[in-house]
Amino acid sequence: MSELLTDIEAIRAQFPILKREVNGKPLIYLDNGATSQKPQSVIDAISHYYEYENSNIHRGVHTLSQDATAAYEDVRKKVQKFINAKYDHEVIFTSGTTGGINLVASSFGENLVRKGDEILITAMEHHSNIVPWQMLCERKGAILKVIPISKEGEIDIEEFKKLIGPKTELISLVHVSNSLGTINPIKEMIDIAHAQNIPVMIDGAQAIHHIPVDVQELDCDFYVFSAHKMYGPTGVGILYGKEELLNDMAPWQGGGDMIKNVTFEKTTYNELPHKFEAGTPNIAGGIGLGAAIDFINSIGYDFIGEHEAELSRFAVSQLRDIKGLRFIGTAKERAGLVSFVLDGIHPYDTGVILDKLGIAVRTGHHCTQPVMNFFEVPGTVRASFAVYNTKQEVIRLVEGIERVKRMF
Amino acid sequence: MVGTVGNIERKEQEIIDEFSLFDDWMDKYEHIISLGKELPLIEEGLKTEDLLIKGCQSRVWLHAKLENGKVIFTADSDAIITKGIINLLISVLSNEEPDAIVNADLSFIDQIGLKEHLSPTRSNGLVSMVKQMKLYALAFKTQLNNPS
Repeated sequence: MSELLTDIEAIRAQFPILKREVNGKPLIYLDNGATSQKPQSVIDAISHYYEYENSNIHRGVHTLSQDATAAYEDVRKKVQKFINAKYDHEVIFTSGTTGGINLVASSFGENLVRKGDEILITAMEHHSNIVPWQMLCERKGAILKVIPISKEGEIDIEEFKKLIGPKTELISLVHVSNSLGTINPIKEMIDIAHAQNIPVMIDGAQAIHHIPVDVQELDCDFYVFSAHKMYGPTGVGILYGKEELLNDMAPWQGGGDMIKNVTFEKTTYNELPHKFEAGTPNIAGGIGLGAAIDFINSIGYDFIGEHEAELSRFAVSQLRDIKGLRFIGTAKERAGLVSFVLDGIHPYDTGVILDKLGIAVRTGHHCTQPVMNFFEVPGTVRASFAVYNTKQEVIRLVEGIERVKRMF
Repeated sequence: MVGTVGNIERKEQEIIDEFSLFDDWMDKYEHIISLGKELPLIEEGLKTEDLLIKGCQSRVWLHAKLENGKVIFTADSDAIITKGIINLLISVLSNEEPDAIVNADLSFIDQIGLKEHLSPTRSNGLVSMVKQMKLYALAFKTQLNNPS
C-alpha cells in the first residue's frame, strides 16, 4: 500500500465541496453525523460507472454488463475484507442502515418472534432502530423492552442483564449513538447475549467511519451501516449477517436477482447474497462505496480515530468555558461529536445563526426523540466531526456560539 | 374584495420597506429576534396539543377565531426566530377576511431575504403554519358562506 495520507490540508483538498462558500463565508461542515462529504475519488468512481460501464448487472453477456458486474462484485469483496466477514456472500447490499434493519426485522424477526416474546433495544436508539421492531412487535404481539441509560448517556450493563429473560429473542443495539456520541460496549453485550443464545444485531451507522469494525471478532449476528456517512454515496448500505442465519432466512422482497427459477406454480430463490437483493440495485452507489472504502484505507483508522478524538476533546475544552452551555452525553467512551444545549436559546435559533456564519451543524432531535425526552430538551445542537475538519473550524464554531449568545 | 387583498399586499410592502433599511443579515435577524421577543403571542392556556403544529426543528402553536367577519390569529413558538417570523405572518394575515387570507401569496418572506425559512425542510413549522392559517381561513370562509 502507498504511504498513508495524514496531512489534513491534503485530505481537505480531495473534497471539492469544502472549497465552497455558504452565505458569503467559507463552509464549515460539522454535520457529518447526518452525512459526510464525498472525496473526488468517490465522485469520480460514480461518474466513471455512468460514463463507461453503465448497464445492468448479473444478467448481460455483453461487455458493459460484465464490467459493471465485476466492479460491483469487487466491492462486495472489498466490504468483506473491510469488516472482516468470513465470506463475501455474508455481505448484502441494501439501501442503507434503515433498509438493513428493516430487512432483518421483516425476514429474520418475522420467523423468529412469537406472541409474548421480547426484543431488546436501548434507550439511545435512533428511530430506525426503534420503529421496525415496534412494527414487528405489533404484528406478532411481542414486547419491545428498552435498556435504560444513565444521565451521562451510558448503558447500564446490570440493567441490561436483568432485562434478558427466557422470552428474549433478539437484541438490537446501536454501536455509537448519533445524538450522544457514546461508544457502547457492544462486545461485552454480545457475549452476555450469546451466553443465553440470543442473536444480536448492531446498528453501525455512526461507528463505521470512526472505528474499525471486525464482525468476526465482535461475533455479532448482524451488522448494518450506510455508505453515505463514511464518505460514500447516499442510497446504499450493507447488511452483514452470519451465513447460517442468512441461509435460514426467507427472502424479504421479491423480484430480480433474488430469483432462481419462476413458474406460476412455484418460485425457487437464489442463493446468498442475491436472495436478499431484489431488483436492480444502486450499482453506481455500490461502486462509490468501494471508492469510499479505498479512501478510508488510504488514511487509516488510527489516524481518523485519533484526529476526530482530538477535535472532540478540543471542542469540549473550548465549549466548556461558554457560560450557559450544557453538554448532552458525557459518556467516558465517545466518538467524534459534541451535542449541547444553550440556556434559554432554542437549538433551532442557534442553528439558523450559525448557518448565516457558514457553519453547518445539526439541530433538533436527531431522530432520537426518546433521548431528547429523557434529557428533557427540545433538541440539541450537534457538531459531528470527520477527518477533514480542523481545530480552526472548532474555534470558528466557538466564536459562532458566542455570537449567537450575544444576539439572543 | 379587491380592497381586502390589497390590504394584505400593503402590509407586506410595509414589511419589505422596513427590511430594506437593514444592510446586512445580522441587523435583519436582530430585528426578527426582537419581533420574536416583544409579542406575547398566545395565552399560555391555549398552548395545547391540538393547537400544536409539529415540526422537527421547533414547535408552533396556532389559534384562530372569527370576529366580525375577520380572522384573528394568535400563535407562539419555542424558538425565537420562528416566533419573529410568525409575528410577521400574523401582522400581515390577522384581522383580514377569510377570502383574502386564502388568496394571499405571502411573497414578502422571500422578498425580505428569508426564503430559507419557507423551504419545507428548513422549518417545516413555518410552512405548516402558513398552510394551517389558510386552512383556518378556508374553514371560516365555508362557515360564512353556509351559515347554519
